[in-house]
Amino acid sequence: MLTRNKLLTRAIWGAAALVGLSMAAPASAQGPIKIGELNSYKVFPAFLEPYKKGFELAVEEVNAAGGVLGRKIEVVSRDDNGNPGDAVRVAEELLSREGASFLVGTFPSNVGLAVADFAKQRKVLFLAAEPLTDKIVWDSGNAYTFRLRTSTYMQTAMLIPDAVKLNKKRWAIVYPNYEYGQSATAAFKKLLSAKQPGVEFVTEQATPLGKIDAGAVVQALADAKPDAIFSSLFGPDLAKFVREGQQRGIFKGVEVFNLLAGEPEYLDPLKEEAPDGWYVTGYPWSEIKTPEHTKFLNAYQARYKDYPRLGSVVGYATIMSAVAIIKKAGSLDQDKLIAAASGITVLTPFGMIEYRPIDHQSTMGAYVGKIGVKDGKGFMKDWRFVDGKDVLPTDAEIKKMRPAN
Amino acid sequence: MTFASIIIQLLNGLAAAASLFLVSAGLSLIFGVTRIVNFAHGSLYMLGLYGAYSLIEALGRTPLGFWTSVVLAALAVGLVGVLIEVLVLRRIYRAPELFQLLATFAVVLVIKDIALFTWGAEDLVGPRAPGLSMAVEILGRRIPAYDLLLIAIGPVVLLVMWLLLTRTRWGALVRAATQDREMVGALGVDQARLFTSVFFVGSVLAGLGGALQIPREPANLELDLSVIADAFVVTVVGGLGSIGGAFLAAVLIGVAKAFCIGVGTVHWFSADIVFSKLTLVVEFLIMAIVLVVRPFGLLGKPQAAQRLAADPAPPLTVPSWTFVLVGLALLLAVPIVADRYVTILLTDIFCFALFATSLHFIMGPAGMVSFGHAAYFGLGAYAAGLLLKRAGLPMEAALVLAPLVAGAFAVVYGWFCVRLSGVYLAMLTLAFAQISWSIVFQWDSFTGGSNGVFGVWPAAWLAGKTTYYYLALAFCGAGIALLWRVLFSPFGFALRAGRDSPLRAEAIGIDLRACQWIAFVLVGALAGLAGAVYAFSKGSISPSAISIAQSTDGLIMVLLGGVETLTGPLAGAAIFPWLRDEVARRTEFWRAVMGGVILAIVLLFPQGLVGGLKALSQRWREERA
Repeated sequence: MLTRNKLLTRAIWGAAALVGLSMAAPASAQGPIKIGELNSYKVFPAFLEPYKKGFELAVEEVNAAGGVLGRKIEVVSRDDNGNPGDAVRVAEELLSREGASFLVGTFPSNVGLAVADFAKQRKVLFLAAEPLTDKIVWDSGNAYTFRLRTSTYMQTAMLIPDAVKLNKKRWAIVYPNYEYGQSATAAFKKLLSAKQPGVEFVTEQATPLGKIDAGAVVQALADAKPDAIFSSLFGPDLAKFVREGQQRGIFKGVEVFNLLAGEPEYLDPLKEEAPDGWYVTGYPWSEIKTPEHTKFLNAYQARYKDYPRLGSVVGYATIMSAVAIIKKAGSLDQDKLIAAASGITVLTPFGMIEYRPIDHQSTMGAYVGKIGVKDGKGFMKDWRFVDGKDVLPTDAEIKKMRPAN
Repeated sequence: MTFASIIIQLLNGLAAAASLFLVSAGLSLIFGVTRIVNFAHGSLYMLGLYGAYSLIEALGRTPLGFWTSVVLAALAVGLVGVLIEVLVLRRIYRAPELFQLLATFAVVLVIKDIALFTWGAEDLVGPRAPGLSMAVEILGRRIPAYDLLLIAIGPVVLLVMWLLLTRTRWGALVRAATQDREMVGALGVDQARLFTSVFFVGSVLAGLGGALQIPREPANLELDLSVIADAFVVTVVGGLGSIGGAFLAAVLIGVAKAFCIGVGTVHWFSADIVFSKLTLVVEFLIMAIVLVVRPFGLLGKPQAAQRLAADPAPPLTVPSWTFVLVGLALLLAVPIVADRYVTILLTDIFCFALFATSLHFIMGPAGMVSFGHAAYFGLGAYAAGLLLKRAGLPMEAALVLAPLVAGAFAVVYGWFCVRLSGVYLAMLTLAFAQISWSIVFQWDSFTGGSNGVFGVWPAAWLAGKTTYYYLALAFCGAGIALLWRVLFSPFGFALRAGRDSPLRAEAIGIDLRACQWIAFVLVGALAGLAGAVYAFSKGSISPSAISIAQSTDGLIMVLLGGVETLTGPLAGAAIFPWLRDEVARRTEFWRAVMGGVILAIVLLFPQGLVGGLKALSQRWREERA
C-alpha cells in the first residue's frame, strides 16, 4: 500500500501538471488583425505541413510590406482533429475568444461543409482553402462562404479533353469511397458521356480510404478488360495501386487518368516507380516560369531550404486572398468583407484569380500533364496550365444547383 | 467471375491474410495471458514498417540487407513492447479491469507523434523485395512472387507458434497463465518475467507483420489505427487466445474482402449492388455473424471463470446533495460570469458527460463493456438531424424523439449483445456500431453520406448560446440524474448483483438477461439524447459521430475519471476535451503531450482521477482519526 506521503506527492504532481496547462493569457489589444485558421494538421500532415509553411511565408511578406489597413496581420491557427464537431467548436473559439475577424482553412469535405454552415449561422466570412467538394459552393453554397481551391469537378473537367481525344471505349473506374472520390467519378462519367456518346464504364471499384486491397482491386479492374482507367486515388492508396498494377502488368496498353497524382505530395513518394505516361493534374513546381511563380518559388526556397508542394501554394494564396479582401473592404465589418470578397481578383503563384460573384468559387487553375520519370524521380511532362474559369459549368447550371440566398 | 479470376482473388486474399494473421496472433497471445486490451498493438505494427524502411535504406537494397532489416525491425519492435510493459503496464496490473486500455491508448498517441517527428509526414514507399520483385504467371495472370512467399509465411509462423506453445516449457506456462494466471503465480512462476516475455513475442509478431508489408504498403501515419481494428476483429472471430483460430479468421476475412472486390457490381432484381463498397465493413459483418452463431469465436472456448486481478469494485456511494447543489449553482452562474467560449466548451462537455455516464452505467454497474457506444450517440444525433431536415419536424420534436430512435436501435442490438459476455460482448457492440457507421456513411441520398447533414440548428427561441447552454444543462443533467437514480433502485441493485455473481443472481429469481437488455436500451436512449443535444449545438452531424474514435473517446473519459465511482465519468468528460483543447493550441506535437499527461494520470491514479482522489481523502481521514 502507498504511504500517505507518497499519495500526497503524487496528488500534488498531478495537480501541478493540470494547473500548469491552464495558465493561459488570452490578451488582445488594438494590435494586429487576427485571421482565424483551422485545419486537420494531424490527420493530413503530408499536405498540411507545407500548407502551413506557405501561409506563414505569406504572413511574413504581408507584414514586411507594412500589413494591411495600417495594422499587421496575425494568423491564429487551430487543429480541428479532422472532426466537424471539434471544428465548429474551435471556429467558435477563434471568433469569440481569440477575436479573429473571420475564418479560413479546412481540408476534408465534411469539415469544410460543417464550418461553411456554421459561418452562415454566425454570419461571418469563411474562406475555405482546401476542401475539394463541389457542394461547398454549389448545392450547399451560402453567401458567407468562398472557396479557393480548384474543385473536384474542375480538376476532372480539365482531364476530359485528353480523354476524349484518346477515344477509348471501355473505361474502368477506381475511387476512394467518400465524397471526393464519388463526385470525381460522377463528374467524369457525366462529362465524358456527354462528349463521347457510346462510351462504356465496364467496372467500378470503391475502396475504403487508406485501406485499399490493391492486389485484388488491380485484378478486378484487369478482369473487366478496360481500354482506359480513371482513378481518383491519392496518398498510400495510390502508391499501393501503382506498385501492384505495375508488378502485375495491368497498365500495359491501358491509358490511365489519375486526379491529383501529379501533386508533389503524392508523386514524390513514388520515386522511380512513378507511372510513366499517366494523365494527371498536379504541380510541376520546378518548371513554371511565370514571374509570379518564380517570385514565390525563390522566396519559399530561401525561407525554408525546401521546395514548395501544392499545399504551400494553397496556404500562401489563402492568406494573400484574405489580405486582399480586407484591403478592398477597408474595414473588418462582415457585410463589407463579404461584399469585397465577391468578385475580387487576387494575384497568386498560379496567376490572377477571381472569386466569382455567382458562386464564390475562385478561378484558380491547375496544371494538367503526363507523368514522366527522370533520375529516379517522377515529374510532370507535356504539361499545360488550365485556367479554372474555362472548366466551370454555365451560369444557368450553377443557378439551378445553388440555393438562392 | 471466371475460374481464373476466382483462383487469383483467392491468392490475393491469402496474401493479405498473412500480415493480418501475424499481428492478430501477437494480440491474441498478449490478451490471453495478460487480459490487456492492447490498443498500442497497431502502433507496434506501424513501427515495424517504419523501422524496416529505415534499416533497408541503411543496409542496402540487397536480399541480405532486406531480410536482415525485416528481422532486426521485428526484434526492435519486440524491445519497444518490452519497454511499454516494464515502464507502464507492469505498474497497473492490479488496477480495475480495462484500465490498462487507457494506458495503451496514451502509448498510441505518443508513438504516433514520435513517428511523425522521426520519419516526417510524407508517405515512405519501401523497395520491392530484392530477388522477389518479379511476378509469376498463373492461369494467364501475373501475381507478385512476394505475395506467394507471404502466403507460405503464414502457415510457417502458425507452425512455429504451435510448436512454441505446445513443446516448450515457456509455452506450457503461457497456456497455463491463459487459463488461470493466479494459479500459475501460486505455483511459483515469476509472473513479471512471463508477462514481459509474452509482450516481447507478441510485439515481435506485430513488428514482423509490419516489416513484411514493406514491399506492399507505404509506411504512413494512419496504419496504427487502421490495423488495430482489423486485428481485434480477427482475434475475436478466431476465438481469444487461439492462434489457430486467428489464422482461420485472417484467411476468412482476407479472402472475403478479395471476393467482394472481385465480384464487383452485380445486377439483382434490376438493382445494382456494388460489392466493392462492402469492403468498408465486411470484417465487421463477419464478426457479427460469427459471434451471434458462436459466442466464443470460431475456435475459442468458453473462458474459465477468472479470479479478479484487482479487488472487486467497491459499492457505489451517492454524491452528497451539497456537492450536487453547489456544482449546479456554479454551472448555472457560468454564462453570467464567463466568456462566450466557456459556455460553448461546457455545452460540449455536458453532451460528453451524459454520453460517458451512460457508458459508465453499462460497463461499470451493469458489467457489460461496450466498444461501440458511439452507435447510440451517433444514431441519436442523426435521428435529430434527419427528423428535422427530412421529416420536417420542428426542432423541439426532433430533440425529444431522437433518443427514442437510438433506443429502438438499442433494442435490436442489445438483444444480441446480452447473450454474450466479456470482450466478445464488447466486440459485438463494436460490430453493430461499425455496421451502423458504414450504412450512414454510404447512404448518400438519405444520410448525406460521408458529408453528413447540415443546417441542424435549434429553433429560434433556443438559438442563443446562453439559452442553448441552459437547455443542454437541463437535458443532460436530467439524463445523468435519471441514470444515477436507476442505479440505486432495485433494478440497479439487480444489475450489480448480476455483474458480481450471475449464478446467485439467477438463483434468487432475477431474470438477468432481461435486466441487462433493459439496461442496454436505457443507456442507448440516453446516449442518443446526448447525441441529439450535441447535433443541435454544432449545426451539423457527420459519420465521425458514430466512428470508432468517438467510442474510444467515451471509454477514455470513463476510465480517466474512474470506472468505480459515480462522478468519475463526469470528471473524465470534463477533463479530456478540456485537456485536448488546451494542449492542442499550445504545441504542435499535442498528441504526444496528451499521451504523456494521460500516462502520468494513469501511473499516479490507477483508480482513475476521482477514484484516486477518493482514496486519498479516505486515507487522510483515517490518519486523522
